[in-house]
Amino acid sequence: MTPHMLTRSLDRSATIFLLVVAALGVLIPLSNLLLPAGSFLQVPTYLVALWGKYVCYAILALSIDLIWGYCGILSLGHGAFFALGGYAMGMYLMRQIGTRGVYGNPILPDFMVFLNWQKLPWYWYGFDMFWFAALMVLFVPGLLAFCFGWLAFRSRVTGVYLSIITQAMTYALLLAFFRNDFGFGGNNGLTDFKDILGFNVQAEGTRAALFALSCLALIAGFLICRAIVSSKLGKVLIAVRDAESRTRFLGYRVESYKLFVFTVSACMAGVAGALYVPQVGIINPSEFAPGNSIEAVIWVAVGGRGTLVGAALGAVVVNYAKTFFTSGMLAPYWLFMLGALFILVTLLLPKGIVGTFNAWWDQSKEKRTAAAAASAAAEDGVTEPKMAE
Amino acid sequence: MPANLSARLCSFALSLFLIAFALPAFAGPFEDAVAKFANDDFSDTEEAIGVVAGSGNKLAFPIISALQDGRLMADPDSKKVYVTGADGKSIDAATGEPVASLPDSASAVRLNNRLRRSVDAALGSLTLQSPDLSTRLQAAQSVFKSHEETALEAVDAALAKETNRSVKAALGEARAAILLFKSDATEVEKLEAVATLKARGDQEALALLTGMGDQPASVTKAAASAIGSIQSSLAVWSTVQNAWYGLSLGSVLLLAAIGLAITFGVMGVINMAHGEMVMIGAYTTFVVQEVIRTRYPGLFDYSLLIAVPLAFLVAGAIGVLIERSIIRFLYGRPLETLLATWGLSLVLQQAVRTMFGPTNREVGNPSWMSGAFELGQITITYNRLWILLFTLAVFAILLAMLRYTALGLEMRAVTQNRRMAASMGIATSRVDALTFGLGSGIAGIAGVALSQIDNVSPNLGQSYIIDSFMVVVFGGVGNLWGTLVGAFTLGIANKFLEPVAGAVLGKIAILVLIILFIQKRPRGLFALKGRAVEA
Repeated sequence: MTPHMLTRSLDRSATIFLLVVAALGVLIPLSNLLLPAGSFLQVPTYLVALWGKYVCYAILALSIDLIWGYCGILSLGHGAFFALGGYAMGMYLMRQIGTRGVYGNPILPDFMVFLNWQKLPWYWYGFDMFWFAALMVLFVPGLLAFCFGWLAFRSRVTGVYLSIITQAMTYALLLAFFRNDFGFGGNNGLTDFKDILGFNVQAEGTRAALFALSCLALIAGFLICRAIVSSKLGKVLIAVRDAESRTRFLGYRVESYKLFVFTVSACMAGVAGALYVPQVGIINPSEFAPGNSIEAVIWVAVGGRGTLVGAALGAVVVNYAKTFFTSGMLAPYWLFMLGALFILVTLLLPKGIVGTFNAWWDQSKEKRTAAAAASAAAEDGVTEPKMAE
Repeated sequence: MPANLSARLCSFALSLFLIAFALPAFAGPFEDAVAKFANDDFSDTEEAIGVVAGSGNKLAFPIISALQDGRLMADPDSKKVYVTGADGKSIDAATGEPVASLPDSASAVRLNNRLRRSVDAALGSLTLQSPDLSTRLQAAQSVFKSHEETALEAVDAALAKETNRSVKAALGEARAAILLFKSDATEVEKLEAVATLKARGDQEALALLTGMGDQPASVTKAAASAIGSIQSSLAVWSTVQNAWYGLSLGSVLLLAAIGLAITFGVMGVINMAHGEMVMIGAYTTFVVQEVIRTRYPGLFDYSLLIAVPLAFLVAGAIGVLIERSIIRFLYGRPLETLLATWGLSLVLQQAVRTMFGPTNREVGNPSWMSGAFELGQITITYNRLWILLFTLAVFAILLAMLRYTALGLEMRAVTQNRRMAASMGIATSRVDALTFGLGSGIAGIAGVALSQIDNVSPNLGQSYIIDSFMVVVFGGVGNLWGTLVGAFTLGIANKFLEPVAGAVLGKIAILVLIILFIQKRPRGLFALKGRAVEA
């Protein structure tokens, strides 16, 4: 990526977004670690973990916006990729427990001892090494997305059909991971983590570092998405979104483009899941629930589909609202609000917060430019087009 | 113990005196035998058991079963014996007359292990000859299961008196089971026993035949052939059973999916709140039953007949309302419709949760829907059967409606070519609203049926929504026959996979198969033929 490409691909809102995320990523951990506990500006540790969760959701939202906002693929199963990344990380964390588990078995995680398993299943091999787990975080969701997309896009499954079968995919995984003999802890999932890369996951320093890392991942994910959508490839993706058949008739291999962007998006979701698990401390099959994936889609819709910044913003806003409302007296009404949000956003705010704001801004700028041009023309008697910024 | 001895002597003398002189006219062998329970002597008790059990007196069964449970009280002083019921009330064992209170000296008649066995045998023969038909049948079946040699006499005795055909058959099978395990039974008897068990032909007969141990060569050979024939007939029956379960599941799927097929087929609208319409139908049934329970208890058997039209109207009206207020603004944006209706489903669920509480609500089965009957080796429950019939009826009515009514014609026209239909003067927006109402109403009807076999809770709809989508996608859009075939195929495939792979793995396998199937036929089994590039 040349500097020229980078600057060209960043507009005003993207720059602000990156600055804000970077500032949060630096300031929150510093305030948590350096300022004395109880001080006004000190961010308590639980908030660091909470915001870390939001940032992971923002990465997931970005990955959904990449395929839905720019390629028109509405995946209702992106939670599956998120959860798979989470499980890969969870498996690493389980292996790190070692003899500190309840049964003290140096190799087998507690739930396997409990189920009377004699040896580690083959698919758990290698997860004691961080680099392997990190690779799997990308590889497993990516592979699933590749296989799924290869089958789906080649046979031109589009629109709501694709949405429904992605939902079926995550539902099937949900059922599978609930099974004890599947080897991923069944109902209880993976939890009771002790340390990551030798650092205690509960420690303040680790949490702060994980938060900073999540922000870094969000920035990286954002830049990757920007690079994709503002490249020539991105133009084709948008063409696929707006008129798939026409794009195909023009000679583009639509399925290859879709497959590429779908796989990249799944990998991103996997990374989000992997960062999410050590901060939340548990991963269980309920992450595969179809409802979760649909909820992630609404974050994108609220923030603004096809804006990237909006997706991340939507994830944070909706989840902040969720935390705020489900913990207070209004808890029984949260589902009403969430439901209403789905309906009102699709009916009244189809472009989302950021999309609507951008449209308003562009319109008012146009007006100002037009007014300036008109007054200049009135003074000089010549019309001279002004360059915008 | 001189006191005890003298008391026993006294009582012995007294009883002799009583029997010999005092009550010669009243005391029959039954009364004599009953009095023997008071002697507190094991051999007397055994004799008494034999006489009482063989007496044919209607008090025999209560006495022996009380003896077994330690509720048979005897007063050694007066030689009176009492039966204390489970409710604490007592009767005189000899006469059956109620007694106000037991004398203080009365204590339970004691048993030892030998006596317990004879009590069991006596009880077995008593129940085998009980006047109640179902008791006899049950007794014969329990003898079949235990196949104790001691019961042989009782079975033979009962067999000689029995007149009912099915009890006679059960007794014959019980006899065969005993003879098969009796070491000194003749070879002919054993061969007959094998033949009887072969005729019975179920899992239990198979278990007896495979576990009968050492036998003469001819018996072993006959048993082997019987085992083979039972196994093959059982395999056939288990296939039939799976097919029935599959049909039953298929009918439920069809009922849940059929409304979805209409809205999706005609309008291209994915209604994620469809499951909530089903739930609303189920809650309508609940409300109807509540009203009937409190006001008109006599009408309970008709509650479902009342609930069906009501559920159709309630769910249909809500459907029209949804279409007019939300969905019509989202035409041409199917993905947004999907999200909006998902939000709607959250709202509806939470609304029902607020109104009726989050727990399961009880919806009862009318008498004509409870119970079951046997068909060969399988059991068919009435509620499943009715639901299957009901589903087929709904399907037929819907099909007729689409074919023969004006609305049906308009709906088909809009499905095939919306713009052409509009150009021909069909008010497509009115058709859309009615179609959505119809689809929702049918979902409501489905809710009435599902309330009979599933828990009525706010989450009722959610458990069906993914399955319904699978049916519609598999069957193909815009074709009700596709939905029918899809539902029954999925139902039957699911039930045949279940024994092989387990319930959850079977379901996963079905989902994976559908995902693969969609690759092959992206528009489902029965796709509408058309030239449109994009649906």
